[in-house]
Amino acid sequence: MSIKKVTSHPTQNEALIFERSQTGRVGYRLPKLDVEAMNIDDIVPAALRRDDDLADVPEVSEVDVVRHFTRISTWNYSIDLGIYPLGSCTMKYNSRLNEKVARIPGFAGLHPLAPQEESQGALEMIYRLQEALAEITGLPGVSLQPAAGAQGEMTGVMLIRAFLDERDGEASKDRRVMLIPDSAHGTNPASAAMAGFTVKTIRSTADGITDMDHLRELCSEGGIAGVMFTNPNTVGIFERNIKEICDTVHGAGGLVYMDGANMNALVGVARPGDMGVDVIHLNLHKTFSTPHGGGGPGCGPCCCTAELAKYLPVPRIEKKASGEFFLNSDYPNSIGRVKAFYGNFGMMVRALSYIYTHGNDGLKEATEAAVLNARYLGHKLEGTIAKPFPSDGMHEAIFSHKNQAKNGVVTLDIAKRLIDYGFHPMTIYFPLVVEGAMLIEPTESVGRADLDAFVEAMIDIDREAKEDPDLVKNAPHSTRIGRLDEAAAARKPVLRWGPDMEAAGTSA
Amino acid sequence: MSNIPENLRYSKDHEWIAIDGDVATIGITDYAQHSLGDVVYVDLPRVGDKFDTHESFGSVESVKAVSEIFTPLGGEVTEVNDGLNDAPESVNGDPYTAGWMIKMKMANSGEADALLSAAEYEEYLKASE
Repeated sequence: MSIKKVTSHPTQNEALIFERSQTGRVGYRLPKLDVEAMNIDDIVPAALRRDDDLADVPEVSEVDVVRHFTRISTWNYSIDLGIYPLGSCTMKYNSRLNEKVARIPGFAGLHPLAPQEESQGALEMIYRLQEALAEITGLPGVSLQPAAGAQGEMTGVMLIRAFLDERDGEASKDRRVMLIPDSAHGTNPASAAMAGFTVKTIRSTADGITDMDHLRELCSEGGIAGVMFTNPNTVGIFERNIKEICDTVHGAGGLVYMDGANMNALVGVARPGDMGVDVIHLNLHKTFSTPHGGGGPGCGPCCCTAELAKYLPVPRIEKKASGEFFLNSDYPNSIGRVKAFYGNFGMMVRALSYIYTHGNDGLKEATEAAVLNARYLGHKLEGTIAKPFPSDGMHEAIFSHKNQAKNGVVTLDIAKRLIDYGFHPMTIYFPLVVEGAMLIEPTESVGRADLDAFVEAMIDIDREAKEDPDLVKNAPHSTRIGRLDEAAAARKPVLRWGPDMEAAGTSA
Repeated sequence: MSNIPENLRYSKDHEWIAIDGDVATIGITDYAQHSLGDVVYVDLPRVGDKFDTHESFGSVESVKAVSEIFTPLGGEVTEVNDGLNDAPESVNGDPYTAGWMIKMKMANSGEADALLSAAEYEEYLKASE
């Protein structure tokens, strides 16, 4: 007996809310008018009113709306459903306790313009988080203002710029070269360029780490403002020459910026400040378990040395000898404000909740588990999926599609096939230095059984790539809509629904 | 194996160069378009822009990544392929003809001698495998 997939039932697919519209259908019932009726023209002139009788606004009932959006919500994949192994994204579990703490009325209901003396609890919370992050990074100056990683990065390079301008005066204009490894996140060169620097690229070695000879050569060319690097770097490997990298750049008169995207491999174990780093940004929405993805607010704290602290954004949250907390904007060298009020406050509450629930030992254990999980996965897949670098990664495992590509199956196909196995795909085609890169970061939130299931799926896909490559190349097969044409979507994007469009996907 | 037309010159950045007098027509090679994957946008300079050798003159965005493209020769841009705005896919389907990117008036036509021949480029590709 063959099973025919029913595609017209709403649980199988769904027309857009616009397409569900029925003329005259409403979701409300107004009471009888109990005041004197007025002519609308007397209140709102016709010229200020829409004259199309709200054409194309869906006419639906309340139950239509509720069922439509509830059905669609069940199609999501989320961190609460399963492993979400996006490399360099640290998609760890966001605990319910964080959410509970963030909803404490004193935090959730506080007005950002409330007087400081009535906001002492909130200011203390921010202050304590600053202290915790200073201890974790080994860098005493902290601003929680930046709204996300890229803004924290921008803040960091602006601190470097402000420092150089003050130190070198007029001559600072000849010191505008920012060194960035070829494996860097794309935001690094963008932040550097926005702060007025020009970028020179440092090569990586065959081991996937910074090429020290090339770094020295670039430093000897002069004009060095600094270096921006990630540690562990974007292929997941710890830059074991970190001390020498910092010394070399400092020797050339520049400063060292570290991208904190991969701090989940270091928290509680090693401190960037001890390595010689001058400034770092963190992502509370990665490392410190605040919600990540879906467009919600992030938080990208910037931590720096005592020397750079006077350039940090204002207001800064400080503590008087009396124990009172206050906002201090009296920093004439500050780069200024980077975000309204004090940043994304709700994220700070969640991050501090994460830090306090783990404690010193717990944070270290989480780091160790994150590294162990990634290495376990790396070793289990070795031999099946090609490893571009010989050394062990830290908190993420990187692979290349080289073995499967012999059968015409590339990284994108493997990622799409993983969806059929019930997993969210890994990060693909990043970093660019690895051909057909697959970057997998399981995080500490995954148990052995889930890791084994993921490994089995990858091994099965490898077998399918040999035996039935078309199966993988046409994946996914289990989704409501199959392989999307990503090139067509980028070349000819359709950004809004229009009434003359055909119902897509529902008749297929 | 990649298509490497005999009559063109090549750079190690995977560009092809057609020389006609002191004008060079530049595009990316079949190998480059294949590595990039489906091209969705090509960002090109304006006519009259001047570039030194090995300067970034634009970028190619594919479904995988955005990659800079570098001038194999110094000179002034005399023409750009506006057709790529509406049909960036030409870079994939027809990299050596419809997919051309810019024409440049060479500042120093002697520079062309340093470019790779088809045979040399093929060797280079083999060596970097």
